Amino acid sequence: MPADLGLDVPRIGLLGTSAMLFDAPGAFDLSVQQRIWAMAREAALWPEVVEAVPGMTNLMLSFASPPADPGALEERLLRAWEASEPGPVADSRLVEVPVVYGGTLGPDLAPVAAQAGLTPVQAAELHAAAEYVVYAVGSSPGFGYLGGLDERLFVPRRAVPLLRAEGGSVMIAGRQAGVTTAAGPTGWHVLGHSTAPLFDASRDPPALLRPGDRVRFRIARIEA
Amino acid sequence: MIEILSDAPLATVQDFGRPDRRRYGVGTSGAMDRLALATGNILLGNPEDAAGIEVPLFPFRVRLDADLDIAVTGADARATLDGAPLPPWWRIGARAGQELELRHPLRGARAYLTLSGGIDVPRVLGARATQLRGAIGGFEGRALKRGDRVPTGRIGTAAAPLGAVPPDAVLTLPAPSGAAEGDIAVRVLPVGEYAELTPESRAAFWRSGWVVTPQSNRAGYRLGGAVLETVRKLEMRSYGVVPGLIQLPPGGAPIIQLSDANATGGYPKIGTVIEADLWRLGQAPIGATLRFVEVDYQAARAAWLAVEDYLTKLRRHAAWQGAAGR
Repeated sequence: MPADLGLDVPRIGLLGTSAMLFDAPGAFDLSVQQRIWAMAREAALWPEVVEAVPGMTNLMLSFASPPADPGALEERLLRAWEASEPGPVADSRLVEVPVVYGGTLGPDLAPVAAQAGLTPVQAAELHAAAEYVVYAVGSSPGFGYLGGLDERLFVPRRAVPLLRAEGGSVMIAGRQAGVTTAAGPTGWHVLGHSTAPLFDASRDPPALLRPGDRVRFRIARIEA
Repeated sequence: MIEILSDAPLATVQDFGRPDRRRYGVGTSGAMDRLALATGNILLGNPEDAAGIEVPLFPFRVRLDADLDIAVTGADARATLDGAPLPPWWRIGARAGQELELRHPLRGARAYLTLSGGIDVPRVLGARATQLRGAIGGFEGRALKRGDRVPTGRIGTAAAPLGAVPPDAVLTLPAPSGAAEGDIAVRVLPVGEYAELTPESRAAFWRSGWVVTPQSNRAGYRLGGAVLETVRKLEMRSYGVVPGLIQLPPGGAPIIQLSDANATGGYPKIGTVIEADLWRLGQAPIGATLRFVEVDYQAARAAWLAVEDYLTKLRRHAAWQGAAGR
């Protein structure tokens, strides 16, 4: 198995002169991620910070100009981490995402089901039965990294990336799930397709999903 | 208004991009050589981050529908106006009906066409930059094509031409040892999992020439050179990506993430080309050889201040000359 950087203590490093990355210690779990959200809310208010970007158990701060004293910011990040408390986001919402499973826009439903020892219908039902939590938004426009996938559907990433998955692809990889909004290549498995309006560049903020929101997939149809 | 007369594959409207929308999954986009765009804009009296056209493939031809000041910066694209040579890095008053042609540059990769008032497309998420994935911003969210009529912000020309000393004549870098003629040096800060590289790979990272392969574009440069290895296989958690970040995918050939990179990513990260040298990457054509020069944070910050100093002096010069010329 690849070594996961499960850290004992926080790690902070500069990404060049324009950003700093904080990696939280500990396992990859929701309580750590909740503390990252809390830190992001606080750090977004710091004067030198252009944006606080929550990743998966990490937080990136970007700057308009290189900080004169990055050590002071590191100290501040450490204090913010120590002060942070796990807990759900106060104004989180439940977002329902209708999905057409299988068919030409869900080419991996059958192979993923086979790998998991399930029928395609069982795999779709398992995927739609869980309630997911948005850990972070990133990668591509409006894409939410969702935790909460049933472990019977844990399948490693594709050995060979798919050159093009349509926008609206409902995907899984490892223990994660997500829905794309723009076409592009992917190493994930595409189970189905959704027309849920998860991203609209004419809105600001443009992404429907926010960290801490919950997502439920609803089976609109299952195609062979 | 300007009209695009040539096929313009991958020519896009770009400004400084969206530095503050990563948390919605929106990458920064923006000019690959911001310094060239800023210089053109300063010569024209525009805000530094006004939108221009980034031209990566040639020839590129446009017709001006009104009297406009224009400046061509970045790669030396041997521009002509109605067939007469146009000096690079100069503001020139052009007349309605004149045709501007940019030709394949002898040096550099991307030319920037800036015009008085800037390219006047609507701001989307705070910027006019084009992001092709997701069709965000720019001119209808896409690259320009023949027949497009692109709105510009201001009509009229200043009395006198105005020139800038090109950045590469001021912000010089000594060639690192082992570099061949034409190699492009960029300064790099080791980051993240650099220490996870094997000692041999760490040495190769600094010693090797890194070729910009044909699988390179505004999203990132895939490099050819040595194959780098980590002491153990790493499974990363996704994190925010900045332009200049050097990542190491499983195959061992590094990628430099650039303007159109995804907002977040998950490959191990081993270095960052410093912000002050991103414009040098923007001018590195496919097939160019890059050399990484190790610097520490304070040196990287000093380099950033040197770029700011270049722009400050240019602003003063333009204000003085602009006042004198009007």
